[in-house]
Amino acid sequence: MSIEEPEVNNPDVVKKFMYVNRRAPYGTVYPLEALEVVLIGAAFDQDVSLAFLDDGVFQIVKGQDTGEIGMKNFSPTFRALGDYEVTKLYVEKESLDERGLSPDDLLEITYEDEDDDWAEKPSIRIVERTELTKIMADQNVILSF
Amino acid sequence: MAILHTVNKSPFEKTALQSCLDHASPGDAVLLIEDGVYAAISQTSASERIAARKNEVSFYALGPDLLARGVGNGSLAEGVKVVGYDGFVDLVAEYEIAQAWL
Repeated sequence: MSIEEPEVNNPDVVKKFMYVNRRAPYGTVYPLEALEVVLIGAAFDQDVSLAFLDDGVFQIVKGQDTGEIGMKNFSPTFRALGDYEVTKLYVEKESLDERGLSPDDLLEITYEDEDDDWAEKPSIRIVERTELTKIMADQNVILSF
Repeated sequence: MAILHTVNKSPFEKTALQSCLDHASPGDAVLLIEDGVYAAISQTSASERIAARKNEVSFYALGPDLLARGVGNGSLAEGVKVVGYDGFVDLVAEYEIAQAWL
């Protein structure tokens, strides 16, 4: 009888991690902390995605200028995610619609696809609620902020 | 006595704006601050509720909070006027009471 390596210690096992963002960017510190966790977690070579739903969609609205409220505008940092191989940002269509937003109101976030001659591709994927439900069901770990 | 109501929560996450509107009298003012400014986005369920009261209640949104969130670069909700920090102070001085809908 062989002794199996515990899965958690096996570097060959890649798990699907989803970070769920449901809060507006500056009213609480959760969104900024979530982004920090994503960037730190990117070092572990897992299959990472982010979901933006409910007020979370406000985090990636373009044209944010926090100069007059004395807080850090962390929205440009989302554009660095591609360099950390975090390339799947799911945005729920219904959440945009309910808030009077369209995909044109969102930041341009791209990544370079190493499997396609480093072609620049959009990281943001607008998905309907039913589709996001299925994507969530397909994860191994879901972290909510 | 006329009241200045401040709302600092998103109308899509909390019921603060709705409670405020349910308790605001004609002649009162509502100032949207912090995440409350999301109610100033045009053509949403929140902006409709504001438009329904705009003839009897004055609505304001704090400019720096709009800018920070990238809201209102296009069109703002009907009936909402933008004020700065100085306008905030003027409103506090103008109304007898201030009530914060936290």
